[in-house]
Amino acid sequence: MPNETVEQLARREYKWGFTTPIEQDVVEPGLSEDVIRLISAKKGEPAWMIDWRLEAYRRWQKMEEPHHWANVRYPAIDYQAIRYYAAPRQKAKLESLDELDPELRRTYEKLGISLDEQKRLSGVAVDAVFDSVSVATTFKKELEKHGIIFCPFSEALHKAPELVQQYLGSVVPQGDNFFAALNSAVFTDGSFVYIPPGVRCPMELSTYFRINASETGQFERTLIIADRGAYVSYLEGCTAPQRDENQLHAAVVELVALDDAEIKYSTVQNWYPGDAEGRGGIYNFVTKRGKCAGRRSKISWTQVETGSAITWKYPSCILLGDESVGEFYSVALTARRQQADTGTKMIHIGKGTRSTIISKGISAGHGQNSYRGLVRIQKGADGARNYSQCDSLLIGDECGAHTFPYLEVANPTAQVEHEATTSKIGEDQLFYCQQRGISEEDAVNMIVNGFCKRVLRELPMEFAVEAQKLLGVSLEGAVG
Amino acid sequence: MTRESASERPMLEIRSLHASAKPSGSSGADTPILNGLDLSIRRGEVHALMGPNGSGKSTLAHVLAGKPGYRVTSGEVLFEGRDLTAMTPEERARAGVFLAFQYPVEIPGVSNMYFLKQAANAVRASRGQEELDAIEFLQLAREKMKLVEIPEALMSRAVNEGFSGGEKKRNEILQMALLDPRLAVLDETDSGLDIDALRIVASGVNALRGPERAMLVITHYQRLLEYIVPDRVHVLSGGRIVRSGGKELARELEAKGYGWVAQGGESRAPKRAAGERGPDGPEAAA
Repeated sequence: MPNETVEQLARREYKWGFTTPIEQDVVEPGLSEDVIRLISAKKGEPAWMIDWRLEAYRRWQKMEEPHHWANVRYPAIDYQAIRYYAAPRQKAKLESLDELDPELRRTYEKLGISLDEQKRLSGVAVDAVFDSVSVATTFKKELEKHGIIFCPFSEALHKAPELVQQYLGSVVPQGDNFFAALNSAVFTDGSFVYIPPGVRCPMELSTYFRINASETGQFERTLIIADRGAYVSYLEGCTAPQRDENQLHAAVVELVALDDAEIKYSTVQNWYPGDAEGRGGIYNFVTKRGKCAGRRSKISWTQVETGSAITWKYPSCILLGDESVGEFYSVALTARRQQADTGTKMIHIGKGTRSTIISKGISAGHGQNSYRGLVRIQKGADGARNYSQCDSLLIGDECGAHTFPYLEVANPTAQVEHEATTSKIGEDQLFYCQQRGISEEDAVNMIVNGFCKRVLRELPMEFAVEAQKLLGVSLEGAVG
Repeated sequence: MTRESASERPMLEIRSLHASAKPSGSSGADTPILNGLDLSIRRGEVHALMGPNGSGKSTLAHVLAGKPGYRVTSGEVLFEGRDLTAMTPEERARAGVFLAFQYPVEIPGVSNMYFLKQAANAVRASRGQEELDAIEFLQLAREKMKLVEIPEALMSRAVNEGFSGGEKKRNEILQMALLDPRLAVLDETDSGLDIDALRIVASGVNALRGPERAMLVITHYQRLLEYIVPDRVHVLSGGRIVRSGGKELARELEAKGYGWVAQGGESRAPKRAAGERGPDGPEAAA
């Protein structure tokens, strides 16, 4: 493919790059025990929570930023230059959604997220997180009727303190890794979900993360617990303004599924990717892990990663319960000078556990895309099975695709299959489509969507349509 | 000529066409392949283009369709009076130029039905026709599928992926039927076909013959022309047409071999298809 087309790809527009002018409550840049105490105080947290944060902070201070094993290049981050708290100033406690600052409401409308419960077209409950705080959560009352708790994390500390204390850090411990430790020390808001035994959540739950303030990091924490026989489908989306400096997003997500419970977790990640020269963009260093604690429980991760300057993310499953199931479906697209090192870990501990990994990496422009995945079958995991398929698609000559599969099998009855392919959108394919009257751009979209179909069909309907459009926008101008 | 008066302008006029293949790397010189090719086809006519391997048959098909990797160095190609070489491949397709590929391309993950609908609607939109919805398209597709005996199951599979040689070629003709082109170029549509598949493909092509459509049937063997009977036959050798005649020329070739025209043809001025222009002079490369 000619070079100018790659240039055009790199210049594609980021439509979500605006900033909301709003009065803010911010903490000065810098990180210390005092800052952590301040964040905790702003949220009115109980004493055990402050201790937990400080313990994480002390561990973090002894850790080193990972620069060796992941296939991403970035300068060392100055953690004293980051603000750890920024929140729009608004009434301390909103009585109803009508009291929400119109500026914030407009922001979410612009992003295509309706916080208006009347417009219940899609039947999706939304928790809207703006910088460090949740600004609105819809359908809370209706969900409460089913005994479901869906609220900002800081609210959960008061509403369901026992659950938070029992499960927080039970899947991703404070010292799990550098970024998880940082998050544990300074996390602000995120969503908390609890589905009681035997309840099938009547609507999709979602959190929309928006970074707005400059020089600020977003450190959200999400905890989802599906009790025995419960089911929930949860979605998250995210965008950020277009800026020349990099911003850090270091989230932790923990999922717990008890006996016969199922959690389906879908992400469409669209953080600002930086410009054609690699200026700006979000550093997305995220730890996501689910524990299939109960027998026959199931956790399914689906992610469409199109944004961020750097994506470092391995949504994983610990398959502890016998016959539990873990799934990972991923589309990761890197264009411009984006780098992604993403994949999963499937840890088979229980008997008869099964996992499926379907990863589709698309590289264009100067993008670098790595799949990194671990399948570990432990000694007691009799009859465990894994199937992995990792496909890479290249557009242009300056991008790269890499695959790092790790297999550790300690049980002779296990079955592990791994397939991998790398292909290039060929001139032949484009010419064939064009000869049938289809424009080059539509042809690229069609081929990319065909390539991702196996993953996109795992997304809830409206999300799948969004994701499909997003892939199209992300590849706008990919060809001349 | 067969159906139209000789005074009407041909649908396709190729005059003294010189074309080269671009080198695939960044260095190296172009390889000249077409060396002063003249050919005119009127609407309603079916012309056959024959020639030995390497004579430039497929290059001509690719140059007509605008495949990247070729450079037209001199001469002109007019389609209904428009300069074809100035148009993008999709513009040519929308204007009514269709190429049935010798090697149809696989597109994994894209269903054949979806692909055909996208193509048909892109062409329809360019003609100012309304786009067909899924149900309308399905009806149209089913009707055309009968022409080349394509089973429904083939429509839900990925484009050409895992298709047999015969299925691929039938799929090409199905696309031709759906896109309703003005000029169809069939590039070695008979290659790799057994006799049954050849018969199905040929009857599909014959059903699409009509007074408004022109066809250029490119083949190495005379066999296909038993089924698709051409109005004119041209023999290509060394990048130019060295002999033209009626359908009987194909049989003569089959009997005597390409050596016969190559030897006889290059020593004298080629016989022309349309004869509007004088014999080739040595063309200065552009």
